[in-house]
This record gives sequence, structure tokens and C-alpha cells, in this order.
Amino acid sequence: MLRFLLEKEFKQFFRNSFVPRMVIMFPLSAILIYPLVANFEVKNVNLSLVDHDKSSYSRNLVQKVVASGYFNITDISTNYEDALETIESDQADLILEIPPNFERTLVKDKKANLMISANAVNGNKGGLGTAYLVRIISDYSGNIQAELMGNHGRLKIPNLDIIPLYRYNPSLLYSVFMVPAILIMVLAMICGFLPALNIVGEKENGTIEQMNVTPVKKFTFIVSKLIPYWLSGYVVLTIGITVSLLVWKLFPEGYLITIYFFATIFILAFSGFGLVISNYAVTVQQAMFMMFFFVLTFIFMSGLYTPVENMPGWAQFISHFSPLKYIIQVLRMVYLKGSSFNELIPQFIALCGFAIFFNGWAVLSYKKSS
Amino acid sequence: MKVIESENLTKRFGQFTAVDNISFAVEKGEIFGFLGANGAGKTTAMRMLCGLSKPTSGKGTVSGFDIEKQSEEVKKNIGYMSQKFALYEDLKVWENLRLYGGIYGIEKKAIGPKIDALLHQLGFESEKNTMVKSLPLGWKQKLAFSAAIFHEPKIVFLDEPTGGVDPAARRQFWELIYDASDRGITVFVTTHYMDEAEYCNRVSIMVDGRIEALDSPKNLKKQFEAENMDHVFHQLARRAKRN
Repeated sequence: MLRFLLEKEFKQFFRNSFVPRMVIMFPLSAILIYPLVANFEVKNVNLSLVDHDKSSYSRNLVQKVVASGYFNITDISTNYEDALETIESDQADLILEIPPNFERTLVKDKKANLMISANAVNGNKGGLGTAYLVRIISDYSGNIQAELMGNHGRLKIPNLDIIPLYRYNPSLLYSVFMVPAILIMVLAMICGFLPALNIVGEKENGTIEQMNVTPVKKFTFIVSKLIPYWLSGYVVLTIGITVSLLVWKLFPEGYLITIYFFATIFILAFSGFGLVISNYAVTVQQAMFMMFFFVLTFIFMSGLYTPVENMPGWAQFISHFSPLKYIIQVLRMVYLKGSSFNELIPQFIALCGFAIFFNGWAVLSYKKSS
Repeated sequence: MKVIESENLTKRFGQFTAVDNISFAVEKGEIFGFLGANGAGKTTAMRMLCGLSKPTSGKGTVSGFDIEKQSEEVKKNIGYMSQKFALYEDLKVWENLRLYGGIYGIEKKAIGPKIDALLHQLGFESEKNTMVKSLPLGWKQKLAFSAAIFHEPKIVFLDEPTGGVDPAARRQFWELIYDASDRGITVFVTTHYMDEAEYCNRVSIMVDGRIEALDSPKNLKKQFEAENMDHVFHQLARRAKRN
């Protein structure tokens, strides 16, 4: 019986003008484009400069700021009010104001004040821009201090250089962090949305009723719906892994088989979730909105964009219920740390739990009669 | 021999009683017409007999199996054609037949020749590889009927099978029903068309969820002193309080 149903599902799958293309294009474009866009590194901070001093020290400072590569000087104003206007008109993100007599005070008193004003509408850019600028300035002041002290005598500044060693992602590339997570997001979309929409589509067309008067077991029917999308899941995963290798030079430190193994459980769990939705939705539109609601919640609670540890306590609690959290942890650990199955047992248990829960619920809530 | 029996079958949706205590029996080989105005409860009653809908109260058996407790057994012995065309539009004619043949457990090797024989009988060989969505409605209905009896069920349920097609197509459809009946398949059919009611061996007329009349068309016309079934129907339908 299953054989005939599968024949039907595969014919319909490949005759659909949209779904097979989606299975190829979605992971391809997501892995190629999203990591470029979903990027928290701050570059190109626009700086408005107010230099009241115009001395060689102030020019040196400005040169150093420009040389860092993070800043574009988009405006040079003669007073703070003018500079503020450029911030208000969004031409600048930061103002660096060098007071009059900066050089003289610095040489005479061994200290001077600078003012940084940041536009914090985009808090991330404002905060990080300020941090970069502060680092450059303190670096600069360190040099000057050394220079001035050197001129005057014996006192040497102990030179403390901190060189952090970033384990697992040495150059702190954001793409390394994002690609595995994006891969899972695509997998969730394909394996969760598509079978659910397919079943609800049959409800809308009335064809499911014809199935319900046949002796087809509900389990058989559901399995026939899921198998094409499970296989699509492997296609998606393989495309994703290949593209991230070719484009992002990313290859898992651990075993590929670990990834496929965990992805299988995740696909099982998430397609089961899609089925639960399809059992309660009457129209494709309803199913679509319910899926969006849950998938967005799952994604934001999963630590895909922001670490779960940064969330408030209640949100950390909710994040336990996002199956995406565990599989994203698995992929990041296997990709970056080369973790093996033994280190991933908690995630294994959690994902199995989701798979049993959602599929059990799906079979129980599917009704051949009302 | 009775193949369908209904005893005080009732279906309520909240406060609304769609089917109200209906009792009747259908003999083997009969063409049984199930008449009623829109919303009289025909489809709901039929869906209960097919195991698609659970009765609120009352009992029913189809082909000797209890419709509530043995609904999966019932399903093996019946064919069903819903009001809305429900074959797969994105499958070809033969693929739809193969699917339903396979689901009902016809042996794999037997399915191919059976499809060819059926299409030959229908004069439909040229459309074997046509995608179902591009067939005209009259042909879709014939195909849906053929798919419903492809596994030679004991009983076939037809829910307004000829809605929306011309008299010639309806006539052809009824020829298929007679063929099936000749082969011993019991036909349970709902309809709005009173000329079709004349083709049935017996008809029941539902008004507001209840069966108000049940007999052969000839006896009904006598009983209601009417020239044709149309008049019988109007006399009964006038009593309706719903709608």
C-alpha cells in the first residue's frame, strides 16, 4: 500500500513547478548570501570630526583613526553644533571633538580630554564604534605617554600587551558561527513547512476525504507524506555542506556522519511538528501563519542570532523548548570543535524527545473521521 | 439481504441536529436514491455510513460491519465518490486508477490490464495519459465513479455525482451506474435531479434531517397523487422549516 502512495507523492513532488526548485535554490542562496548579510561586525562607521586644535598631535590622532579602517570621515565641522546636525541627518554615527589647546595641555599637563558622541539609535553600531575609537585613542595616548616620558627620563611604562587566543574560531569569523545555524534554519523550513502545507492542501482540495474512505492506515498515509521531504532534507543538507566548503572554506572538524545522524533525528522531529500543525489547520493560510509563528519563535529562542546565555532568565527557560537550539548546538560543536557523539548525548536525548513527542501527537491528532 | 441498515442514526453539531433519528435499510443490488433539499442532511448521513463522520447516537451497519466500531472494515467494502471532485488533478488518468487499485489491495500485476479494460469499456483509451486536471467535468465525474468502483466494492456511495453537467452527460453517467448495478454492486446515490430519482429502485426523501418518505418512485407517486417525482418532492420540501 505504501508503495503506491509513495509513487503518487513522488510524481506529484516532481510535477510541482515550485517545490523541487525550492529544495535546490533555498539552501544554495541561503548559504551563499545570509552569512554576508547576517553579520554583526561593524565596519564603515561614519565619523564627524571637530578639530579645534589643528596641531600636529591632533592630526596624528586623526590619521591613526583613519588608518584603522573602521571609520570613514564623512564630515569635518568647525563646531559641535554643526557636527550634531550631521548626526541628526544620519550622515555621521560618531563625533570626535578635539578641544582647543589639545596639544599644549597634553604636553604641559600630561593629560588632555577628548569628546566622543555616538548616535545610539543603532545601539550595536554606536557601542562598537565607540569601543573601537576608545581603543585607538588609548593606544595613541600610550604612545604619546611613552614618547613624553622618554623625553624626560628614566621612567619606563610597563608594556602590557594582551594577545587573546580564540579557540575554535581563531580569526573570529562571523560566517563560521552563522553557516551551520543557517543550514539548520533551511532544513527546518523545508522539512517542517512543506509536508504540512502539502497535507493541508489536500484538505482544501478535498482529496484527503477520498483517502479517508479507503482502508489506508493513517500511519501509512503520514509516512508516505514525509518520506519525500525527508529525502529533500538530505539534499538540502548536502548542498549546504558542499557550498559552505567551497565558498566559506568551512568543513566540519568532526565527522560528517555525526552531522547526518543528528540531522536525521531533527528532520524527524521537525516534520512531526509540521504534521501536528497540519492536523489543526483547515486552510493553507492558517497552516502558513501557525508555522511562521512557531518557527520564528523557535529561531529566536534557539541562539541562532544571539547566544542563549545573553537572554533573560525566562527566555532561557523557554529556549529549552526550541528543537532548533539543540541541533544548532550540535552543528556548531561538530563544525568548530570537532565534537563526537559522546559529547553530544544531552542534545541527542533532547532531539529524540522532540521526535517522539511531535510524531506521537501527530498520529494521535490525525483523524480519519470527525 | 440487507447491506445497509440504519437504526435511529443521529448527528448533532452543537445545537443543530443535521440528521435526526433516521432508520432505513437497503437491499443488496438495489439502486437506492437518497433525496432531499440542500441542507436536509443527505451528505452528513452518507458520511456517517462511510465512516467519515461519527454518529452522535443510533446505530448503523454497512456490509454487516458496525459503522462506528468497525469503520475500517466498512471502508474495505465500499467505494465513495464525494460531491467535490476528489481525484488527484496532477496525476494522469491511469495513475489515479493505479493509485486507488493499489490502495485497495488489487494485485500489482492485475492493475495494468484492469485499467486498460476499464478505459476500453469507457471508450477512453486515448486519454489514458492525460493529466486529470485537463479533462472536462463530465469525464472527470465518470472517471471518479470508475475509480470508486475499481476495486469491485459491495456498495458504492455517490454524493450528487452529476452536479453541474448537461443532460446527455448525466444520461451517460447513469448508464455506468446501471452497469455497476448489473454486476451486483449496491448503489447508494444522493441527487437533486428528480428525473434521476425515477431511475432508482427505491428512493427516500429527507426533510430537515428526517426521512419523510421511502418507497419506489411508482408507489410514491401514487401515495402523493402526483404525476412525477418532482411533484412528490415539492409537496414534501414545502414542509421544511430550516433555511
